[in-house]
Amino acid sequence: MIYFDNSATTKPYKEVLDAFVTVSQTYFANPSSIHSKGGETERLMLQARKTVAGLLSVKPNEIIFTSGGTEGNNTAIKGIALKHQERGKHLITSEVEHASSYETFHYLESLGFEVTYLPVNGKGEISLEQLENSIREDTILVSLIHVNNEVGTIQPVVDAGKILKKFPKVFFHVDHVQGIGKVPLNLKEAAIDLCTMSGHKFHGLKGTGILYKREGVSLSPLLTGGEQEINVRAGTENVAGIVSIAKALRMSFDKMDAGVETMNRVKEQILEGLSDIQGISINTPADGSPHIINFSVDGVKPEVLIHTLDQKNIYVSTRSACSSKQAGPSRILMAMGLGQKRANTAIRISLSYENTLEEAEIVLKELKNAVVQLQTVMG
Amino acid sequence: MQYNHIVIRFGELSLKGKNRRHFESQLRETVRKKLSPFTNAVVLKSYDRILVEINGEDHEKMVAKLQEVFGIHAISLAIRAENELESIKEAALATFLKNGQGPKTFKVSARRSNKHFPVGSMELNREVGGHILKNTENVSVDVHHPDIDVKVEVKDNGTFISCETYPGAGGLPIGVGGKALLMLSGGIDSPVAGYLTMKRGVRLEAVHFHSPPFTSERARQKAEDLMQELTRYGGKLKLHIVHFTKIQQLIKEKIPASYSMTIMRRMMLRIAERIAEERNAMAIANGENLGQVASQTMYSMHTINEVTNLPIIRPVVTMDKLEIIDISQKIGTYDISIRPYEDCCTIFVPAAPKTKPKREKANRFEQALENMDELIQEAVDTIETVTFEEQKERTEFEDLF
Repeated sequence: MIYFDNSATTKPYKEVLDAFVTVSQTYFANPSSIHSKGGETERLMLQARKTVAGLLSVKPNEIIFTSGGTEGNNTAIKGIALKHQERGKHLITSEVEHASSYETFHYLESLGFEVTYLPVNGKGEISLEQLENSIREDTILVSLIHVNNEVGTIQPVVDAGKILKKFPKVFFHVDHVQGIGKVPLNLKEAAIDLCTMSGHKFHGLKGTGILYKREGVSLSPLLTGGEQEINVRAGTENVAGIVSIAKALRMSFDKMDAGVETMNRVKEQILEGLSDIQGISINTPADGSPHIINFSVDGVKPEVLIHTLDQKNIYVSTRSACSSKQAGPSRILMAMGLGQKRANTAIRISLSYENTLEEAEIVLKELKNAVVQLQTVMG
Repeated sequence: MQYNHIVIRFGELSLKGKNRRHFESQLRETVRKKLSPFTNAVVLKSYDRILVEINGEDHEKMVAKLQEVFGIHAISLAIRAENELESIKEAALATFLKNGQGPKTFKVSARRSNKHFPVGSMELNREVGGHILKNTENVSVDVHHPDIDVKVEVKDNGTFISCETYPGAGGLPIGVGGKALLMLSGGIDSPVAGYLTMKRGVRLEAVHFHSPPFTSERARQKAEDLMQELTRYGGKLKLHIVHFTKIQQLIKEKIPASYSMTIMRRMMLRIAERIAEERNAMAIANGENLGQVASQTMYSMHTINEVTNLPIIRPVVTMDKLEIIDISQKIGTYDISIRPYEDCCTIFVPAAPKTKPKREKANRFEQALENMDELIQEAVDTIETVTFEEQKERTEFEDLF
C-alpha cells in the first residue's frame, strides 16, 4: 500500500496508540475528582500540558486541548467574535481558508458580522499590503491559514503578524493544522494570539487537538458547563487523547528535520516525474510546503483517476477531505485564478515523513499509465 | 553570519571589591549548570564578564535560560570577528542586518580595551558606521536616540559585535548571601517572597505545613510544583514537609477561636526556627504582607514575631496584591498558586480572627498546650524532605511521553 493522503489524515504512531491505551486503562479517573486517583490523572494532564508547551516554546497555561482542527478554528474565530463584538464587528480572513474557518465566517456573517475575504494571487498568497489596508477601526480579528491544505501554499504569517503588531486591538489567529511538523512557525515571532493544531495530522489520534491561546487573550467559550481547559472548553478532559497528542507532537518534532528533508526529496522527484506526463499542470507553488503536491490532469475526472490508482493500492485524494464530496470546482484553485477546467480536475498528493523515493517512483509509473489510458478513453 | 557568542555582563557585582572573585566564580558555576542541556556550548571566563561560545546551539533558548540567573545584568548576542578592520566591518554589518528591516537609525559604540589594535575607537566608529551606511538603504546615524546601538568591543581574544541586548534578572548570584528558610504555603505570596529572597543571592530551603486529611495531597503537590518552578532561579532546592495535623487539632481544641490563627502561626514559626537551626539557615523568609487580611496586621506580626530571634525576611511586606501577582506571573508560579486547594492557613479559619492580638494573651493561651516543646520536636523529627532540581523534573509518567 502506498499512502499519499497524509493531509487528510495520517496513520497514528504505534507508541502514540500505546500511550492512549495505557492511559485509558490505568489513569481513567476524572481529573476533576477530589480523590487521589483524580489527583494522579490531573498530574498526568499537567505533565502533558507542560510537554506540549515546552515543544511549542510557550507557557502551559496557553495550551487548550480540543477535539481537533475544526473545533480549534471554531473556538478561536467564534470565541473572539462573540467576546469582543462590542468593540467591532469586522473580521478579516482569506479566500483560501479551510472549510472549518471559511464556513464559520459565513455563519458569523449571518449573525451580523462583516467579513473581508482577502483574495490571493496565482500562488495562493494574500497581499500583505491589502491585509494592512483592510484593517479598520472596528476590525477585531484576522484569521489566516498558514499552510493551505489543498495546494500547500505557505502564507506569510510572520510578516502578517509584524504588520498586526501595529494594531494591538486586532487579534491574530493562525490555522496551523497543515503546517505543524512540516513548516516551522515561531508563535512569538509571528505575534500570534491563537493557533489551531490537530493531532491526527501528525500521527496522533482523531479527536485530539491543540489550541494555543496567548496569555491574556479572552474568548467566549463554545462549550459551557465546567471550568476545564482554563474555562474555554467545558467537558471531562480526554486525558488519554491529551497524553497521546503530546507524545505525537514530541515524536514528530524529534523526526522533523530528517522527515522534512525526506519529504522535500520525494516531492522534488514527484514534481520532476509529473512534468514528463502530458496534460498535467502543477498547481502547487514552487516554494510551498514540503508535503503537498497538487496538480490537474487535463481531460480526466479526478474521481476516476483516484479509483484507478486505488486498484493499485495507491491512495491519493482530490482536495480537502472535508470538501471532497462536494461536486464542482475547487474553491481554492478558483481563488488562485487557475480557471474552472483546472479547478475541476485537481489531484492532491500529500506526504508524511514515512514516504520514500521508491514509493514515489511506483506512483509516478502508475499515474502515467493511468493518465495515458484515461485520456484515450475520456478524450 | 551566525551569532557565535553570548556576552554576559554582571550588575552590582562589579562593585563588590574583595568578594568579587568569589561572586564571579559562583556565578560562572550557576551559568554552567544552567546551560548544561546545551551540550555544545562552552562557558568561558573573561575579564569582567562571562563569555559563552554558542557552537550551534539554539541561542534564543539559551538567552531565555540565562534570564533566570540572578547576578546577570545584561545578555548580548554577539558575533566574534578577528582583530582586523575588514572582518570587524563585515561582522558589524551582519549583526546590524540580523535586527530585521525595521531599524531606521543607529549608532556605533566602539570600545578598544586591546590597545595593541591600531585603530582607535573614534576611527572605528566612523569606519564601521560608514560601512553599514554604504551597504543599507534608508538607514541613518543618530547618536542620541538610535533604534539600534552597534557595540563593537575590541578585546585581546577578538572583537565582539552585538546589537541585541536582553535584560538579565539582576540581583546577586545565588550562594553569596547565606541561607534562609522559606515558609511556603502554596498561595501567591510565598513563592514570590522566595524568588525575591533568592534574588539577593540567598540560598533557599523551604518548609511546608501539611495537615492531612484536612489538607489534600493536591495542596502538597501544589507546594512541590511551586518548588519545581523556583528551581529555575535557585538551582537545587530542598522542601521540608511538616506533618502539622496533630498540632492543628490541638490548637482547635484548646485555644479560643479568635486566637487560633495567631497561635498556629506562632507554632509554625517555632518549628521553622528549629528547622532553620538544623539546616544552618540564618534567617526565615515568608510571604507576609501588611494589612492584606485580618491576620496580617502589624499587631498580628508583632505578636507572632515574638517567638523567634531569627531575622525574618519579608520581601513582599510593602507590596500591593497586584504587584505581587505581577511578579508571580512573570516567574511562572501564579498558575500553580491559584489552584483551588486549601492549605493549613485556610482550614480552621475562625469566623472572626483577632485583628489586634496581644503578646501577653497569646502567651497566656499557649499555656494550655502543655507539652508544646515535645510537639514541636516531634514535628521537626518527622519532617519529610524532598529535593528538586531544575533539569530533573518529576519523571512519574515519563514513559507515556
